[in-house]
Amino acid sequence: MVGWGYPKVTGVLPITLGSGTKAVGMLMLADKEYVAVMQLHSRVELSRLQEVIKEFTGEVYQRPPVRSSVKRRLRIKKIYEIKILDVNYPYVLLKIACEHGTYVRKLIHDMGEVLGVGAHMRELRRVKTGPFREGEYLVTMHKLSEAVYLYKELGNESLLRKYILPVEYVVSHMPKVVIADGAIDALAHGADLAIPGIVRLHEGINKGDVVAILSLKGELVALGKALMSSQEIMENSKGYAIKNVRVIIRPGTYPKLWGKYKTITTNTGS
Amino acid sequence: MDITSEGLNFIHSLDNFGGVNRKWLVRRDETTSEKYGTIPTLRPLNQLLDYGVVVVDKPPGPSSHEVVAWVKEMLNVSKAGHGGTLEPYQ
Repeated sequence: MVGWGYPKVTGVLPITLGSGTKAVGMLMLADKEYVAVMQLHSRVELSRLQEVIKEFTGEVYQRPPVRSSVKRRLRIKKIYEIKILDVNYPYVLLKIACEHGTYVRKLIHDMGEVLGVGAHMRELRRVKTGPFREGEYLVTMHKLSEAVYLYKELGNESLLRKYILPVEYVVSHMPKVVIADGAIDALAHGADLAIPGIVRLHEGINKGDVVAILSLKGELVALGKALMSSQEIMENSKGYAIKNVRVIIRPGTYPKLWGKYKTITTNTGS
Repeated sequence: MDITSEGLNFIHSLDNFGGVNRKWLVRRDETTSEKYGTIPTLRPLNQLLDYGVVVVDKPPGPSSHEVVAWVKEMLNVSKAGHGGTLEPYQ
Protein backbone atom coordinates (compact mmCIF):
# COMPACT_ATOMS: atom_id res chain seq x y z
CA MET A 1 0.00 0.00 0.00
CA VAL A 2 2.96 2.28 0.58
CA GLY A 3 4.55 2.14 -2.82
CA TRP A 4 3.96 3.63 -6.16
CA GLY A 5 0.97 5.81 -6.83
CA TYR A 6 -0.12 6.36 -3.25
CA PRO A 7 0.20 9.78 -1.67
CA LYS A 8 2.14 10.32 1.54
CA VAL A 9 -0.32 10.54 4.44
CA THR A 10 0.74 11.65 7.92
CA GLY A 11 -0.42 13.60 10.93
CA VAL A 12 -2.56 13.74 14.06
CA LEU A 13 -3.79 10.26 14.96
CA PRO A 14 -5.11 10.07 18.53
CA ILE A 15 -5.00 6.55 19.97
CA THR A 16 -7.05 5.75 23.05
CA LEU A 17 -5.71 3.17 25.48
CA GLY A 18 -7.47 0.40 27.40
CA SER A 19 -10.91 1.26 28.81
CA GLY A 20 -10.46 4.78 27.44
CA THR A 21 -11.15 3.28 24.02
CA LYS A 22 -14.85 3.46 24.86
CA ALA A 23 -14.65 7.21 24.26
CA VAL A 24 -12.98 6.98 20.85
CA GLY A 25 -16.25 7.39 18.92
CA MET A 26 -16.27 11.06 19.94
CA LEU A 27 -13.05 11.59 17.97
CA MET A 28 -14.22 9.69 14.92
CA LEU A 29 -17.24 11.98 14.74
CA ALA A 30 -15.21 15.14 15.36
CA ASP A 31 -14.25 17.66 12.67
CA LYS A 32 -10.85 17.36 11.02
CA GLU A 33 -8.33 19.75 9.48
CA TYR A 34 -5.83 18.85 6.78
CA VAL A 35 -2.98 20.38 4.86
CA ALA A 36 -2.82 18.84 1.38
CA VAL A 37 -0.64 19.15 -1.69
CA MET A 38 -2.75 19.35 -4.83
CA GLN A 39 -0.96 18.63 -8.10
CA LEU A 40 -2.58 20.28 -11.11
CA HIS A 41 -2.31 18.45 -14.42
CA SER A 42 -2.19 21.71 -16.35
CA ARG A 43 -1.94 25.41 -15.65
CA VAL A 44 -4.98 27.35 -14.44
CA GLU A 45 -5.50 30.98 -13.50
CA LEU A 46 -5.27 31.60 -9.75
CA SER A 47 -8.58 33.47 -9.88
CA ARG A 48 -10.24 30.41 -11.46
CA LEU A 49 -8.78 28.18 -8.75
CA GLN A 50 -10.12 30.53 -6.09
CA GLU A 51 -13.57 30.40 -7.72
CA VAL A 52 -13.62 26.60 -7.72
CA ILE A 53 -12.45 26.48 -4.11
CA LYS A 54 -15.35 28.71 -3.18
CA GLU A 55 -17.70 26.32 -5.00
CA PHE A 56 -16.37 23.41 -2.99
CA THR A 57 -16.83 25.19 0.34
CA GLY A 58 -20.09 24.37 2.11
CA GLU A 59 -21.89 21.13 1.34
CA VAL A 60 -20.42 18.73 -1.19
CA TYR A 61 -21.62 15.38 -2.47
CA GLN A 62 -19.12 12.56 -2.22
CA ARG A 63 -19.25 8.92 -3.17
CA PRO A 64 -16.70 7.02 -1.04
CA PRO A 65 -13.80 5.60 -3.07
CA VAL A 66 -13.77 1.93 -4.10
CA ARG A 67 -11.26 1.14 -1.38
CA SER A 68 -13.14 2.41 1.63
CA SER A 69 -14.60 1.02 4.80
CA VAL A 70 -18.10 2.43 4.37
CA LYS A 71 -21.03 1.73 2.06
CA ARG A 72 -20.49 3.42 -1.30
CA ARG A 73 -23.52 5.62 -1.49
CA LEU A 74 -23.58 9.35 -2.16
CA ARG A 75 -22.99 11.29 1.04
CA ILE A 76 -23.22 14.97 1.85
CA LYS A 77 -20.14 16.32 3.64
CA LYS A 78 -19.58 19.80 5.05
CA ILE A 79 -16.43 21.63 4.02
CA TYR A 80 -16.02 24.51 6.46
CA GLU A 81 -13.05 26.19 4.84
CA ILE A 82 -10.50 25.72 2.09
CA LYS A 83 -7.53 28.09 2.14
CA ILE A 84 -4.72 28.39 -0.39
CA LEU A 85 -1.50 28.48 1.63
CA ASP A 86 0.94 28.50 -1.27
CA VAL A 87 1.07 28.06 -5.04
CA ASN A 88 4.10 26.73 -6.89
CA TYR A 89 2.87 25.30 -10.17
CA PRO A 90 1.98 22.46 -10.55
CA TYR A 91 1.56 22.27 -6.77
CA VAL A 92 -1.01 24.05 -4.64
CA LEU A 93 -0.79 23.84 -0.85
CA LEU A 94 -4.28 23.79 0.66
CA LYS A 95 -5.64 23.88 4.18
CA ILE A 96 -9.01 22.17 4.50
CA ALA A 97 -11.34 22.14 7.50
CA CYS A 98 -14.10 19.56 7.10
CA GLU A 99 -16.60 17.25 8.65
CA HIS A 100 -15.53 13.73 9.63
CA GLY A 101 -15.64 11.19 6.83
CA THR A 102 -14.70 13.66 4.08
CA TYR A 103 -12.38 12.14 1.49
CA VAL A 104 -9.81 14.85 0.77
CA ARG A 105 -8.28 12.89 -2.10
CA LYS A 106 -11.71 12.77 -3.73
CA LEU A 107 -12.31 16.45 -3.01
CA ILE A 108 -9.08 17.40 -4.79
CA HIS A 109 -9.82 15.08 -7.70
CA ASP A 110 -13.29 16.61 -8.08
CA MET A 111 -11.87 20.15 -7.95
CA GLY A 112 -9.54 19.12 -10.78
CA GLU A 113 -12.50 17.94 -12.83
CA VAL A 114 -14.37 21.20 -12.32
CA LEU A 115 -11.21 23.17 -13.18
CA GLY A 116 -11.15 21.17 -16.40
CA VAL A 117 -7.44 20.36 -16.17
CA GLY A 118 -7.49 17.47 -13.72
CA ALA A 119 -5.66 17.24 -10.40
CA HIS A 120 -4.65 14.74 -7.79
CA MET A 121 -3.59 14.74 -4.16
CA ARG A 122 0.14 14.39 -3.79
CA GLU A 123 0.47 14.56 -0.01
CA LEU A 124 -1.86 14.80 2.96
CA ARG A 125 -1.24 15.80 6.55
CA ARG A 126 -3.94 15.85 9.20
CA VAL A 127 -3.30 18.84 11.46
CA LYS A 128 -6.37 18.53 13.68
CA THR A 129 -8.65 15.75 14.95
CA GLY A 130 -11.34 17.09 17.24
CA PRO A 131 -9.48 18.92 20.04
CA PHE A 132 -6.03 17.55 19.13
CA ARG A 133 -3.57 19.57 17.06
CA GLU A 134 0.15 19.50 16.43
CA GLY A 135 0.85 20.44 20.06
CA GLU A 136 3.83 19.46 22.21
CA TYR A 137 1.97 16.23 23.08
CA LEU A 138 2.10 15.07 19.42
CA VAL A 139 4.55 12.18 19.37
CA THR A 140 6.29 10.22 16.63
CA MET A 141 6.51 6.43 16.91
CA HIS A 142 10.24 6.88 17.41
CA LYS A 143 9.89 9.29 20.35
CA LEU A 144 7.21 7.11 21.91
CA SER A 145 9.49 4.08 21.80
CA GLU A 146 12.22 6.17 23.44
CA ALA A 147 9.82 7.11 26.22
CA VAL A 148 8.90 3.44 26.70
CA TYR A 149 12.61 2.53 26.82
CA LEU A 150 13.33 5.22 29.42
CA TYR A 151 10.55 3.83 31.58
CA LYS A 152 11.36 0.14 31.16
CA GLU A 153 15.13 0.44 31.52
CA LEU A 154 15.49 3.32 33.95
CA GLY A 155 12.10 3.40 35.63
CA ASN A 156 11.68 7.03 34.56
CA GLU A 157 8.09 7.69 33.55
CA SER A 158 8.38 11.44 32.91
CA LEU A 159 8.51 11.22 29.09
CA LEU A 160 5.74 8.63 28.95
CA ARG A 161 3.56 10.89 31.11
CA LYS A 162 4.26 13.78 28.78
CA TYR A 163 2.90 11.84 25.82
CA ILE A 164 0.04 9.92 27.41
CA LEU A 165 -2.75 12.34 28.24
CA PRO A 166 -5.69 11.49 30.50
CA VAL A 167 -8.57 10.22 28.32
CA GLU A 168 -10.66 13.23 29.42
CA TYR A 169 -8.89 15.30 26.74
CA VAL A 170 -10.80 13.27 24.14
CA VAL A 171 -14.01 15.04 25.25
CA SER A 172 -12.42 18.44 25.98
CA HIS A 173 -14.20 20.07 23.00
CA MET A 174 -17.64 18.83 24.06
CA PRO A 175 -20.32 20.40 26.28
CA LYS A 176 -19.93 19.12 29.82
CA VAL A 177 -22.06 18.22 32.83
CA VAL A 178 -20.51 17.73 36.28
CA ILE A 179 -22.16 15.37 38.75
CA ALA A 180 -22.04 14.65 42.48
CA ASP A 181 -19.99 11.73 43.86
CA GLY A 182 -23.22 10.05 44.95
CA ALA A 183 -24.56 9.86 41.39
CA ILE A 184 -21.45 8.31 39.82
CA ASP A 185 -21.87 4.63 40.60
CA ALA A 186 -25.45 4.51 39.35
CA LEU A 187 -24.23 5.89 36.02
CA ALA A 188 -21.33 3.44 36.04
CA HIS A 189 -24.00 0.72 36.14
CA GLY A 190 -25.82 2.19 33.15
CA ALA A 191 -28.45 4.40 34.80
CA ASP A 192 -29.55 7.64 33.16
CA LEU A 193 -28.73 10.92 34.90
CA ALA A 194 -31.49 12.67 36.85
CA ILE A 195 -31.43 16.37 37.69
CA PRO A 196 -30.57 16.06 41.43
CA GLY A 197 -27.25 14.39 40.55
CA ILE A 198 -26.13 17.41 38.51
CA VAL A 199 -23.91 19.96 40.25
CA ARG A 200 -22.93 22.24 37.37
CA LEU A 201 -23.20 22.29 33.60
CA HIS A 202 -22.32 24.22 30.49
CA GLU A 203 -24.70 26.85 29.24
CA GLY A 204 -26.41 26.33 25.87
CA ILE A 205 -26.86 22.56 25.85
CA ASN A 206 -29.84 21.67 23.68
CA LYS A 207 -32.05 18.61 23.84
CA GLY A 208 -30.38 15.88 21.77
CA ASP A 209 -26.81 17.20 22.19
CA VAL A 210 -24.12 14.69 23.07
CA VAL A 211 -22.42 15.70 26.31
CA ALA A 212 -19.54 14.52 28.49
CA ILE A 213 -20.49 13.65 32.06
CA LEU A 214 -17.65 14.37 34.51
CA SER A 215 -17.06 13.88 38.22
CA LEU A 216 -16.13 16.89 40.38
CA LYS A 217 -12.52 15.71 40.04
CA GLY A 218 -12.90 15.92 36.28
CA GLU A 219 -12.98 12.17 35.61
CA LEU A 220 -14.95 11.10 32.55
CA VAL A 221 -17.88 9.11 33.94
CA ALA A 222 -19.97 8.58 30.81
CA LEU A 223 -21.10 10.06 27.53
CA GLY A 224 -24.71 11.07 27.37
CA LYS A 225 -27.44 12.57 25.24
CA ALA A 226 -29.33 15.55 26.67
CA LEU A 227 -33.02 14.92 27.29
CA MET A 228 -33.39 18.53 28.46
CA SER A 229 -31.75 21.85 27.67
CA SER A 230 -29.37 23.56 30.11
CA GLN A 231 -32.13 25.98 30.96
CA GLU A 232 -34.66 23.22 31.73
CA ILE A 233 -32.11 21.48 33.93
CA MET A 234 -31.56 24.73 35.87
CA GLU A 235 -35.28 25.44 36.23
CA ASN A 236 -36.39 21.97 37.39
CA SER A 237 -35.57 19.85 40.42
CA LYS A 238 -36.43 16.36 39.22
CA GLY A 239 -36.66 14.17 36.13
CA TYR A 240 -34.14 12.58 33.79
CA ALA A 241 -31.84 15.14 32.23
CA ILE A 242 -29.25 13.07 30.36
CA LYS A 243 -29.57 9.66 28.76
CA ASN A 244 -26.60 7.42 29.45
CA VAL A 245 -25.06 6.50 26.09
CA ARG A 246 -21.63 5.10 26.95
CA VAL A 247 -20.19 4.30 30.38
CA ILE A 248 -16.48 5.04 30.70
CA ILE A 249 -15.70 4.86 34.43
CA ARG A 250 -15.30 1.48 36.07
CA PRO A 251 -18.19 0.50 38.41
CA GLY A 252 -17.04 0.59 42.02
CA THR A 253 -14.70 3.56 41.52
CA TYR A 254 -17.11 5.52 43.72
CA PRO A 255 -19.28 3.97 46.47
CA LYS A 256 -22.73 2.69 45.72
CA LEU A 257 -25.02 5.30 47.25
CA TRP A 258 -27.99 4.77 45.01
CA GLY A 259 -30.98 3.57 46.91
CA LYS A 260 -29.86 5.63 49.91
CA TYR A 261 -30.76 8.96 48.36
CA LYS A 262 -34.08 8.56 46.64
CA THR A 263 -33.67 11.83 44.79
CA ILE A 264 -30.46 10.77 43.10
CA THR A 265 -31.50 7.17 42.44
CA THR A 266 -32.36 6.34 38.89
CA ASN A 267 -33.92 3.04 38.05
CA THR A 268 -33.20 2.37 34.42
CA GLY A 269 -30.27 0.20 35.56
CA SER A 270 -30.81 -3.26 37.00
CA MET B 1 -5.78 23.66 47.38
CA ASP B 2 -8.69 21.35 48.21
CA ILE B 3 -9.50 18.48 45.88
CA THR B 4 -12.80 19.96 44.63
CA SER B 5 -11.06 23.16 43.48
CA GLU B 6 -8.34 21.07 41.88
CA GLY B 7 -10.98 19.07 40.02
CA LEU B 8 -12.81 22.18 38.83
CA ASN B 9 -9.49 23.71 37.72
CA PHE B 10 -8.79 20.60 35.69
CA ILE B 11 -12.25 20.83 34.09
CA HIS B 12 -11.57 24.45 33.14
CA SER B 13 -8.22 23.46 31.65
CA LEU B 14 -10.09 20.87 29.55
CA ASP B 15 -12.39 23.64 28.25
CA ASN B 16 -9.33 25.69 27.31
CA PHE B 17 -7.69 22.76 25.57
CA GLY B 18 -10.84 21.97 23.60
CA GLY B 19 -11.54 25.62 22.74
CA VAL B 20 -14.85 25.67 24.64
CA ASN B 21 -15.98 29.16 25.66
CA ARG B 22 -19.33 28.26 27.20
CA LYS B 23 -20.33 29.70 30.56
CA TRP B 24 -20.82 27.38 33.52
CA LEU B 25 -24.17 27.21 35.28
CA VAL B 26 -24.03 26.13 38.94
CA ARG B 27 -26.97 24.17 40.37
CA ARG B 28 -25.48 23.80 43.84
CA ASP B 29 -22.21 23.84 45.73
CA GLU B 30 -20.94 20.36 46.33
CA THR B 31 -17.58 18.85 47.23
CA THR B 32 -15.94 15.61 46.15
CA SER B 33 -14.46 13.06 48.55
CA GLU B 34 -10.70 12.48 48.81
CA LYS B 35 -11.44 8.80 49.39
CA TYR B 36 -12.52 7.84 45.89
CA GLY B 37 -11.32 8.43 42.36
CA THR B 38 -8.37 10.54 41.19
CA ILE B 39 -7.78 13.89 39.55
CA PRO B 40 -7.06 12.67 35.97
CA THR B 41 -3.65 14.40 35.76
CA LEU B 42 -2.55 12.60 38.95
CA ARG B 43 -3.44 9.10 37.77
CA PRO B 44 -0.68 6.58 38.44
CA LEU B 45 0.90 5.29 35.21
CA ASN B 46 -0.90 1.93 35.30
CA GLN B 47 -4.27 3.73 35.48
CA LEU B 48 -3.21 6.22 32.83
CA LEU B 49 -2.48 3.31 30.49
CA ASP B 50 -6.09 2.19 30.98
CA TYR B 51 -7.66 5.67 30.78
CA GLY B 52 -5.34 7.54 28.49
CA VAL B 53 -4.86 8.83 24.97
CA VAL B 54 -1.63 9.21 23.03
CA VAL B 55 -1.65 11.55 20.05
CA VAL B 56 0.62 9.92 17.49
CA ASP B 57 2.13 11.68 14.51
CA LYS B 58 1.31 8.97 11.98
CA PRO B 59 4.26 8.08 9.76
CA PRO B 60 3.67 7.84 5.98
CA GLY B 61 4.18 4.09 5.49
CA PRO B 62 1.88 1.99 7.68
CA SER B 63 -1.92 2.10 7.92
CA SER B 64 -3.65 3.62 10.97
CA HIS B 65 -4.52 0.08 11.96
CA GLU B 66 -0.88 -1.00 11.96
CA VAL B 67 0.13 2.05 13.98
CA VAL B 68 -2.51 1.19 16.60
CA ALA B 69 -1.22 -2.40 16.76
CA TRP B 70 2.35 -1.15 17.32
CA VAL B 71 1.32 1.30 20.04
CA LYS B 72 -0.69 -1.45 21.72
CA GLU B 73 2.30 -3.74 21.77
CA MET B 74 4.76 -1.03 22.76
CA LEU B 75 2.69 0.11 25.74
CA ASN B 76 1.50 -3.42 26.51
CA VAL B 77 -2.19 -2.49 26.70
CA SER B 78 -5.05 -4.90 26.05
CA LYS B 79 -7.13 -2.51 23.99
CA ALA B 80 -6.51 0.54 21.84
CA GLY B 81 -8.46 2.47 19.24
CA HIS B 82 -7.86 5.39 16.89
CA GLY B 83 -9.95 8.47 16.27
CA GLY B 84 -10.65 8.15 12.56
CA THR B 85 -8.47 6.45 9.96
CA LEU B 86 -5.81 8.37 8.10
CA GLU B 87 -5.09 6.43 4.92
CA PRO B 88 -3.64 7.10 1.46
CA TYR B 89 -6.89 6.20 -0.31
CA GLN B 90 -8.77 8.89 1.57
